[in-house]
This record gives sequence, structure tokens and C-alpha cells, in this order.
Amino acid sequence: MSNSIPGSVRFDGVVKKFGAVTALKKLSLAIEPGQLVTLLGPSGCGKTTTLRLIAGLETASEGSIFIGGEDVTRLSATYRKVSMVFQSYALFPHMTVLENVAYGLTVKSVPKKEAQERAEEGLSLVGLSDFGGRIPSELSGGQQQRVAVARAIVLEPEVLLLDEPLSNLDAKLRRHVREEIRQIQQTLGLTAVYVTHDQEEAMAVSDRIIVMRNAEIAQEGSPHDLYERPNSSFIADFIGDANLIDCEVLSLNGSATRIEVVSKCIELPIQPGQTGAAKMVLRPHQIRLSRDKSQGEFEGNITYAAYLGNQIHYSLDGELGQLFAISDATLDPLSVGENVSINFDPQKLRLVAN
Amino acid sequence: MTRTTGLWLIVGMAGFCLLPWYAVDSGFWSFLWLNNLRAEENAPGAILLLLFDRMWLSPTLGALIVSAAANVMIANSVIRARTLVGTAAAGLLLTALQGLIIVRDGPVLLPGLLSSVAGTEGQTGFGAGAAVSVLALLFVLTTSISALGKGRGDAFVIGLIGLIVTLVGVFVFFPVAHILVRAFELSDGSYALSGFLPRFLASDIWGLGCLIGRGYCGPAVNSVFLAVMTGAGTTLLGLAFALIFTRTQFKAKPLLRILTVLPIITPPFVIGLALILLFGRTGVATEIFANLFGVEKTRWLYGFGGIYLAQLLSFTPIAFLVLIGVVEGVSPSMEEASQTLDADRWQTFRYVSLPLMRPGLANAFLLGFIESLADFGNPLVLGGNFNVLSTEIYFAIVGAVADPAKAAILAIALLTLTLGAFLIQRRWVGTGSYATVTGKADSGRHAALNRTVRFACYATALPWAAFTAIVYSMIVFGSFVKLWGYDHSFTLDHYLRAFAIDFSRGIRWSGVAWDSYFTTLTIASIAAPLTALVGLSTAYLLVRQKFAGKNIFEFSTMLSFAIPGTVIGVSYVMAFNFPPIELTGTSIILIIVFVFRNMPVGVRGGIAAMSQLDRSLDEASITLGANSFTTVRRVIAPLLGPALMAALTYSFVRAITSVSAVIFLVSAKHNMATSFIVGRVENGEFGLAIAYSAVLIVTMLTAILLLQLAIGKRRLRRADRVEQIA
Repeated sequence: MSNSIPGSVRFDGVVKKFGAVTALKKLSLAIEPGQLVTLLGPSGCGKTTTLRLIAGLETASEGSIFIGGEDVTRLSATYRKVSMVFQSYALFPHMTVLENVAYGLTVKSVPKKEAQERAEEGLSLVGLSDFGGRIPSELSGGQQQRVAVARAIVLEPEVLLLDEPLSNLDAKLRRHVREEIRQIQQTLGLTAVYVTHDQEEAMAVSDRIIVMRNAEIAQEGSPHDLYERPNSSFIADFIGDANLIDCEVLSLNGSATRIEVVSKCIELPIQPGQTGAAKMVLRPHQIRLSRDKSQGEFEGNITYAAYLGNQIHYSLDGELGQLFAISDATLDPLSVGENVSINFDPQKLRLVAN
Repeated sequence: MTRTTGLWLIVGMAGFCLLPWYAVDSGFWSFLWLNNLRAEENAPGAILLLLFDRMWLSPTLGALIVSAAANVMIANSVIRARTLVGTAAAGLLLTALQGLIIVRDGPVLLPGLLSSVAGTEGQTGFGAGAAVSVLALLFVLTTSISALGKGRGDAFVIGLIGLIVTLVGVFVFFPVAHILVRAFELSDGSYALSGFLPRFLASDIWGLGCLIGRGYCGPAVNSVFLAVMTGAGTTLLGLAFALIFTRTQFKAKPLLRILTVLPIITPPFVIGLALILLFGRTGVATEIFANLFGVEKTRWLYGFGGIYLAQLLSFTPIAFLVLIGVVEGVSPSMEEASQTLDADRWQTFRYVSLPLMRPGLANAFLLGFIESLADFGNPLVLGGNFNVLSTEIYFAIVGAVADPAKAAILAIALLTLTLGAFLIQRRWVGTGSYATVTGKADSGRHAALNRTVRFACYATALPWAAFTAIVYSMIVFGSFVKLWGYDHSFTLDHYLRAFAIDFSRGIRWSGVAWDSYFTTLTIASIAAPLTALVGLSTAYLLVRQKFAGKNIFEFSTMLSFAIPGTVIGVSYVMAFNFPPIELTGTSIILIIVFVFRNMPVGVRGGIAAMSQLDRSLDEASITLGANSFTTVRRVIAPLLGPALMAALTYSFVRAITSVSAVIFLVSAKHNMATSFIVGRVENGEFGLAIAYSAVLIVTMLTAILLLQLAIGKRRLRRADRVEQIA
């Protein structure tokens, strides 16, 4: 365990209650120094509460929190070596950009000149050297966002916390800014905890993702792990889209798993689990549709088609129930009402518990 | 060792050893006590303990010493904090107990036991030394509580909570509790439960004689009847004004706006005075009616009719102010939806708008009800034989036969009524609100009124507005007339008598009003910043902090709003006339009464302003390593500028116009303008009283205008800055 290394974060059976509502049920997690870890989940899952507990903006009802190996459970936010980028940026409207960035330094009684120099360094790191004299309302949303990041990192925190930092930016800017954040994090070797409800954003920036649901951790792992080896239908559906199809596991042996779907037997590579009812994870782009009935094992009828330029989204109804499929064959679109055969490669299929 | 705790312990020790424990007669700030520190009345706690054998002061010193030892010697932070909570709490409790038990004549409880320890001598009220020691122990207690991880471990926040809870406890709950105790007092000076109920329910309070045509009703019945009528009347008039203001193309809307400022700057009895000039036996209107129609000149004004008229005039603007918000709060999109569903204007108003306003109307009614019950100035001036609770309480204290027990019982009756209305307002109206104002931008226009409703509104509101204008112009005219009703020639005599300045030998403020005028301004200017500070700090705790018991905390701070001024006045006289807190006759008691009477205004203003500041601003500051105090100083306070200024002026103005609580607490040395004017009215010097009132109104208008100017400047400065850079 990397307990005593600066920048590590550890939760030991942390419970958080707001009155009668339990926001976190006995949460234990460990974050390695220098990693960017994302807390991902639908709203109300407890991810923001977890972040605020690390910051010290909430106090744990039970359990202990360690930052850099030190027990900070009862330490107030003021004295924790973490800083936070807020969803609304929370730039002080009555101070200039430079004063905002220098704020954390001046309240710690860093000499004025040094504080100013370090603030200017921070601003140049986010590419806003010339904007120090402005007040926040004169900056664009993206610039305000970068000021908020600069203000947080000039304090050289052990852990940088980011609470949905991109949610107030428009879609095109988001990709650009998230790349920038990732770059700064890696350049400075910061430990960062990032909260978002957007799974694509989480996949793009994270070393590791902790998916939360109903005040608990649903699954944690690298983006690749979560996508390829979901442990539940929730994860399978939440990380990338998935069609979840009821099936029956007939047998599990050393080399293969046999399942039955709509009275047809399919052989898959070895999977964890047990015999009995389960769900098959079928990703939309794994589905191959064809007019040629002899091509596939299952049949379906196109109920809806949406042309998006580089791909076409289809909804189908058929033996497997309702399906969502993505096709790259934009030059030969299928039309609504057509009967098609449905085909997929069993080697790439995953099973999850029912 | 905890540094903050150590610092407070040093402060407490210094207070105990160096400052006079008891209140000194010459006043603390005169520093005359420094000349003779060893005299019993000037001595610090330490000297009293050593030389005068006041053993009962030892727990205070003991708590300070034990806490200091614990702070230095216990290494484990949790055990240390627990120990300090115990020692500080014990020290506070024992200090308060000795103050309450050993009064001027010696111990009131367990005399046998205590005399053997402490002798039979008594003691006077707490002074600077006691205050500093108690505050130090209080902050040791709160700092240690925060060290236990309560309130996110924030010493500043817990300290602030502790301070405000203590202040509200001492200056609101302690005096009110005194009334309760006095109400159980029997005529022989002993206390018993048996006497209370029969006297509380006696027919001279609740009598219904007037209803069955025999004799008088009790003051409680009169008060309730008046309050219901006033509540209903002001709500109707206020609604008419509010509808005209928001739903018509009426041209003179800015004039209506003036109406909303009037009640803020009008001392409560001034309306009564103006009515006397109009409808009294020698009033203008009375004369006209007598000459034209031969109507007999009667004294009808002095009784229910006069008080009712005065209260309608005084409180309609308040209902108007409340109902503007209510009427505007009905979302235009709902009215537009109704109209697109083919309802006409009348149906829209009758079935959509009006039901949506119902909770707001109930709220306005209850406000009028409470204001009417608490009103003291108008019944005092116009009361006649119509007795109401607020004035009866006053006469029970200052009348020919002083009867504090009766005053206490009447005060409890009044308090029961206002608190009941307050509770109904909070529980029932507060939760059943259909407020449709959301953060979402809601474009669209309010539906105009249909003809009938519009003309009904005009017919109600416009004559009333004209009447109000006449009444206020009376205040101006009355002050320039030699002797109202007899000699209507122009004169400046009243102003000269009140505000003459004699330049013959240097400047001499020879007018009779200067003394109380300066006292009023001084006390109001000291009270205003304190009120704003206490009010805004409370708002900060309520909006920004989470802590156990927050609901009770909020309720108790708003409670003083529901306690009528007369009740506060009586309770202060009863509670602070004796040790341990002996304040009557000083200017401090006036300042304190204003701070805690007007605090709810500051709290409300602060809550409104602070709710508009994004909470993440504070959190950003905290996570950047600032403590709560720095956050308040550098982030919240600068952004609260306008709210701070508003709270300042409002509490300044309220301190000037207040009369009900003040009239019990003024002294020859510290007389206030309002009680001076009431005195002149009682002597029949109407001209002087009116002239002084006019000067007060001008003074307050100036203060309000200065505030507007200051806020306006602030905005300009910000705009300048934006322009320079852009």
C-alpha cells in the first residue's frame, strides 16, 4: 500500500448520512499518487459527496479518510493540502484574475511579491499570461475554467479535485479543455480526482475509473477493463451502450461457455459466473445487419433509422427483443420495415449476472 | 496545546485579574476606576477573592486555571478537547449561577448553606471583568467543541454560533422568562401556581361585556377585535394598491412607490397626531362638517374608530409592500396558459390568479394582525376609553398604582396572541405557499385586470391614497401653525422652541429638543452597525452553515420579531433592573434593545442577499486554505456591500422611530426623541410634537438618500473599471 506517499488518498469504511438519507454506504477506496481517477455515476450516486469528503467540505459520519497517509477525518478543509476546481468555477467576481490565482497564496501569508510571481507562473501554465488584470466576468467560459485550474494548482496541492469541470462548456470546447487538464496533470505529476457523469469524458481522461451507484462503488478499474469486462448489467449499459439480452448459461467448462439464447445454442470463450439465467452484452457496433437471410442466426425488423453522416443508428424488433445497432454502411442504408438477419461474433460477447 | 484556546485563556485571566468585576458607577470608559482598584466596587475578581473573601468567584478562576493546565498538559487532542469542554462549561454554569443566586441583598436560594460559605453580603451587577472572563470561557468551550470535529471542525463558525446563541439567550429569552416568573407572583411577594390561571383568565382581561351591551370589553378582546379588523382592512387596501401597481397602466405609479417608504420613516404615533389635527374636536374636517352640515363636534376619534383609522393608515403600506411581491410572484405564464385555454380576464383572475395569491393574502393578514396587536403609539395617542393590551401594560407599569404582576400577566396574554399568529404564519402559510418564482427566466406579461375589478381597485385605492397625502400634509402644516383650531397664523415658534441655537456666547444648543435629538442620533448610530453585524452574522450561519439545532436557532432568532415592543420593554425593566445584569438607566440598555428588536430585519436582508451568492465561492476560498473568518472578510463581506448598507440604514431608522420598547427604558440622562414627543403630546403641546416629528422624518429621509447615493456610487465604480480595461 502506498499509504505514506504524498498524494495518496484512502477511504476506510466511510459512511456519510444527511439526516435520514445515506449518501455513502461504507465506502473504501484507495487512490495511487500521480494518477487521475474519475468518480463516475448517475446523479445522486454519491460521487460529489465523495469528492467533498476528500476536500473536507463535508465530515464523514463514520470511518476514516487518509491523505498522504495522514488521518484527516477531523481536519477542516482549510488545513487539508487539496484544492478544488468547482463546477461553476467559483471565481471571486470582485477580484482580478491575478488576485484570484494569488488568493490561496496570500491567505497563507506568502510574501506579496512571491505570491504574484507564482500566480503569474500559474497563469502562463494555462496560457492566460496576458489576462491577469481583467476581472472574471470579462473572460469567456473556457478562459474562466482555466483560471479556476490555475488558481487550484499554484498551491501545489497533494490532490487536485475537479467537480464536473467541463459541464458549463459547449461540446466542442470540452474535448479541447479536457486534453489540456490531462496534460497539466501529467506534466506536474499531480494526483487528481475527477467527478463527472459523462462516461465518454471519463474514458478519455482517466487512469482509473470508479463507477458509483446508489451510494456504493459498482465497479472500478481502467477504462479498458470497465468496457471489456463489465461485472453487471448496470456497468455494461452505463459504460458505452449495450443491448442486454436474456440468456441461460447451460455449462461452464475449462475452455468454453455454452449459453442458450431464444432456443439457440451459442459457444463463447471462457467467462466467470455460474449456470442459470444471465444477460448477454451485445454492443451496438458488434451487430451486423444483412438483407441476406442465410447470413445470420436471428431475424429482426427495422423500426427506426437515423442517418448521422458517418454512421446510421437502427432500432430493431425481433427474436432478441428490441435492439439498438450502429452500422458504418452508410452507402447502402436499410429502410424502415425491412426484415433483416442479425449476426454477431460470439468471441467478443460478454455475460453479466442477471 | 491548542493556540486559540491558550490565547482566550490568557484574555480571560487578564479580565479576571485586571478589570473591575462589577459594573462601575462612573462608567467603564471613564477609567476613573483605575484610581482605586482596591476599592470593593472597582476591584477585579482576583482582588475580590483575596481581600474581600468572595469565595463564590473562585469557580470562574478555577475553570480558567484548570483549562490552562489541561491545555498545556494533555497531549491527546481528543481527550484535551473533551476535558476543556467540561471545564469551560462548568465554569460558565457556576459563574452564571452565582450571579443569579447571590443578588444585592445576599443569596436568594439556600441562604443557610451559602451564608456559611459566603457570608450574607450581596453583590452588584456584572461588569467588564465578568464579561471578559465569561466570553473567554465561552470561546474556550466553542473552540474545544470544534476540535472534536463538530461543524466541520471550524472554530470561527462554532464560536459565532456560541456567541449569538448566548446573546439571544441573555437578551431575548432571559428577560421574557422573567415576565413568566413575575406572572406567578402573588400579592405578598411569594410565588405560586395557583394565582396565575384565575388572574390570567380574569374578566378584566377577557371580558365580553361590550358584546352583550353591558359595560366594557377586556383589553385582550379589544386588541383581538382591532387586530382582526386592521388585518382585513390593510390586506384589502394593500391588494387594491398592489393590483393597480402591477396590473394596470396607471400613470402615477412612482407616487405609489413613495407609499412604501412612508411607514419606514414615520414614527408610529405621528399618524395619530395628524388625525387629531383633522378629526379632533378642533380639527379641520370636524370644523368643516360642523359648519356645512351642522354635525355635532364629538370626541369619536378617541376610541376604536380613531385607532382603527390610524392603524389602517400606518399599516396599509406594509400590506402593499408584501402583496406587490405576491401579485408579481404569480407567474405570467400561468395566466397566459389560462387565456390560451379560452378563459376571459375575469375568469383568469378569479380561478387562476386569486387562488395562487391566497397564501400571500393570508400572510399579509397575519402581518397586519401582529402589527396591530403590537402597535403602541396610536392607541396611546388616540386610545380614550378603548383599552388595548399594549397600552394597558404601559399603564400597569407607569400608572398611579404600579402593578408589575398585572403588567406581566397582560404581557403574557399579548405574547400568546402574537406568538400564536407568528406560529400560524410560519407553519401554515409558510409551507402552503404556491410561490411560482423560480430561477428560470419567465418572460411574458401579466394579464391586465378586467374593467370591473380595475374600477373597484381605483375606487378603493385612489381615495385612500389622497387621504394619506392629506394626513401627511397635516404634519407639515401643523408644525407651522400657532395654535391648532384657534389661531391658524403662520409661525416658526415650535421649531425655535425645539431647535433654537444660541450664538450669543459661543454655540449653545438652547432648544428643548436638542438633548433627546443628539441622544437618539448617537444611540441609533451605535446600534445600527451592531444590529447589521449580528443580523448578517446570523444570516451567514443560517444560509451557509449546517449544524445541529439549526431550525431551533433560526426560530429563536426570528422570534424577537413576534415579541411586541411593549413586552420587550417590560421584560427588560423586570430583568435588567437587578444583578447579575444591571442595565436600566444606562444608554447600553437602549442600544441592546435596538440590536435585538431589529435583528430579524438584518437577518432577513442578509439571507436574501447571501442566497444569491453561489455557495461554491466560500467553498473555493476554504479549499484554497483560507479559514472561515478570512473567507467572510475577503470574499463574502465585499460582495454583500449593498445588503450591509441596507441593514445599516434600516436599523438606524427603526432605532429612531421605535417608541414602544424605548418608553420603558429611557431615563432622565438618556431620553429618546420618540418618548420626548410622547411626553409633549401628553402635555397637549401638539405644535412642538408635530414640529419635532417633521424634523425626525427629514432626518431619516436624508439618511436613506445618503444610502442610495453610496450604493449608486459603488455601481459606478465597478462600471468604470470595466470600461478602462476593455
